[in-house]
Amino acid sequence: MKPRNLLLTSALALACAATVQAETFRLGTNGDLYGLDPHSMTDSFTVSFLNHVYEALVRYDADLKIEPALATSWEQIDETTVRYTLREGIKFHDGQDFSAEDVVASVKRASHEDSPIRGNIAGLVDAKMVDEMTVDLMLDGPNPLLNNFLTNVLIFDSGWLEEHDALDPIDAQKGEEGYTTSNANGTGPFRFESRTPDAQTVLTVNENWWDEPQHNLTRIELNPINSDATRVAAMLSGELDMIFPSPLQDAKRIESTDGMHVLEAPGLRAIMMGINMSDKSNNPNQDGNPLQKVEVRQALVHAISYDLLRDKIMRGKSRNLGGLVAPQVPGFDEGVDAIPAYDPEKAKQMLADAGYPEGFSFNMNCPNDRYVNDAAICQALAAMFARVGVKADLTAETKAIHFERARANETDMFMLGWATLPMLDGYSVLSAMLHTPGGQMGTWNPGGYSNAEVDRLTQAVATELDAEKRHEMMVEAFRIADEEVAWLPLHAQPLSWAARDAVKIPQTADDKPRLWLARIE
Amino acid sequence: MFAFLIRRIIQAALVMLVVASIAFLMFRFLGDPISNLLPEDATVQDRAEMREKMGLNDPVLVQYGRFIVDAAQGDFGQSYRNNRPVSDLLAERFPATAELVLVAASLALALGIPLGIYTALNPRGWLSQGLQVVSLLGISVPTFVTGILLILVFSVTLGWLPSFGRGTVVDLGWWTTGFLTTSGLKALILPAIMLALFQMTLIMRLVRAEMLEVLRADYIKFAKARGIPNRMLHFKYALKNTLIPVMTIFGLQLGGLIAFAIITETVFQWPGMGFLFIQAVNFTDVPVMAAYLVLVSFIFVVINTLVDLLYNVADPRLRAERTPARGV
Repeated sequence: MKPRNLLLTSALALACAATVQAETFRLGTNGDLYGLDPHSMTDSFTVSFLNHVYEALVRYDADLKIEPALATSWEQIDETTVRYTLREGIKFHDGQDFSAEDVVASVKRASHEDSPIRGNIAGLVDAKMVDEMTVDLMLDGPNPLLNNFLTNVLIFDSGWLEEHDALDPIDAQKGEEGYTTSNANGTGPFRFESRTPDAQTVLTVNENWWDEPQHNLTRIELNPINSDATRVAAMLSGELDMIFPSPLQDAKRIESTDGMHVLEAPGLRAIMMGINMSDKSNNPNQDGNPLQKVEVRQALVHAISYDLLRDKIMRGKSRNLGGLVAPQVPGFDEGVDAIPAYDPEKAKQMLADAGYPEGFSFNMNCPNDRYVNDAAICQALAAMFARVGVKADLTAETKAIHFERARANETDMFMLGWATLPMLDGYSVLSAMLHTPGGQMGTWNPGGYSNAEVDRLTQAVATELDAEKRHEMMVEAFRIADEEVAWLPLHAQPLSWAARDAVKIPQTADDKPRLWLARIE
Repeated sequence: MFAFLIRRIIQAALVMLVVASIAFLMFRFLGDPISNLLPEDATVQDRAEMREKMGLNDPVLVQYGRFIVDAAQGDFGQSYRNNRPVSDLLAERFPATAELVLVAASLALALGIPLGIYTALNPRGWLSQGLQVVSLLGISVPTFVTGILLILVFSVTLGWLPSFGRGTVVDLGWWTTGFLTTSGLKALILPAIMLALFQMTLIMRLVRAEMLEVLRADYIKFAKARGIPNRMLHFKYALKNTLIPVMTIFGLQLGGLIAFAIITETVFQWPGMGFLFIQAVNFTDVPVMAAYLVLVSFIFVVINTLVDLLYNVADPRLRAERTPARGV
């Protein structure tokens, strides 16, 4: 190597070293964390951000496949017991060693009866320490989704919890502040530094992280900016490295700015319409309930122009869905996903054959602040139904009221989005939305769809450990639901992030930025 | 004086009780807080248990009563969203709002009064005419539009000032201040202008109208005839009489500034009380909303009491009239 080149190379190396030393990632989001305790709330953004500080036994990689994290391996010992071998040599940020004791304490804390996230590890009966680095989880039955659930059960240091009187989850009713709400001590790639609610949360890199870092960040600044316009302005003015979500309507403006780009892809969240299947319509002008008839629901599918919804309302960014789950979710099937042709004439004919030549009326309810363009989608749907003579009385309301009404079956058709998270599996849809309501099942099936075969398949899927058999059963259940139009699927909601060109980050379909995979170049 | 204060305290208590009861009646239409607290697929039983635990199954009157009894002891409950005591949250946010309002109010006074005097003294000058037109804009353009325009010009295009947040703040233990750092001061500029603009134009127009009125009064004419210099005439005799109605309006507006900095705080992600309130509304966080509304009504009463006391100081006639009036 010539001396000149050597000089250049060393200068480059120096420059690289310098940039490696101070890469701050400034992230802008549309809301703040609810707090620092991942066991105290179910808000998926909060938990996913806290995942930079706290880790779980297993985690999803960028392709949403399960990979080992704090546990290195696991085996099914018998039908109801799974044994986890833990990773050696991990330290918490405060220097304590990670061991089986921490896993037992954390799992018990998350499944405590006062814990709001106990539903995330339903079926867990007990956790036992076998030795220093081995833990057994006991379940009430075979559970093929245990690892999926565990990705969301983040692990605390038991000694730290005990020291701060936080072994039990925070009880909102006690009226006292939990130590874990404002302090954090995990094993993750970043350690918690400071937080001012609604203003900024700062993490710094954990030099002693057990994993080989893919990232080159030294510091993360989370800046919540609730107003869409301000968030975009802060991105454009160079005050942020990435915003998430980036409003769809501003995509062009950001793309046309030098040095930044929009990351867009259809995500996991399926947007769909729930249908009242009881004997009575909620619309005062309608006798009986036409939507109860399969033929009527099938006719309505032909009345919806999926392409128009995608191109006009979603600006071409969504993915049309014929089934109830997005392609990334186990249980997806191309046959089920096929969308019947848009044919209003055929729809009219089918309605006439079903006994409604003059059409009918029903109530439709939508949120106006929950999903991307939610109210606009419903307006378009109402117009499409009107073309085949069906009158939808549309009400668009704020989410807290919308979901309360929908849950009480006070409407005939309502909008719901379902990402299947944290389960990331079709069983989430089968158990919550398609199974006949009762007990733990059908919690989001207020319309009362009921099919004995779907129920049977759902129960079988719940405990089937053979992946292939399980998949076939799920597809079969989805096929029946599709044929009977148990729900009206619309599309997979697009993810929209925007970042500086220097930022390299995989856009994961679950809409959770993983900054430990991000680089600033 | 003492009786006056007692009367005011009783009034304040009544106002706060009424506000709290209206708030509680309203909250029933905001939706179900449970839907934000539990996962989407929580079972019916989980929901019922949560409702019971949080006391949401009790009649509204019982919930209201519980809130009043606790609030009287200084306990506003626990925020559903933040898992922290509401009084802590409000105390933490108050400095941000207070500093913003302080700067905006000073700005409005410091610019509004001189500009008002100037336009009154030179009603036909081209600068006055121009200011009048601009002030009309300031009064009629909605504040959020002003805010977005300010961001577009000074943050996005020029890149001089930050578009969000409070910058670096210094924690004094009981107060966090942005006055002591450059980034804190820079962050204050745009939101303060946005919040001050309407007040400033209002004060300017008010001072101008009052001043024109006073300048036509007989005593000014006599003073002029007596040969008192213009300077003294304008600033000593005319201005003093102009400021009494300005004081009233400004007192009312100051309460409004504190209470309704909400829009400014939302546009600039200013971590103040108004922003806390907006988030509480989105989350159906009843304890935070109730406490905020009660606190704001308290601030209104306090400010109006102070303004009334100031009258007594500023206008000797009010002091004189009070005593006989009570005898009647």
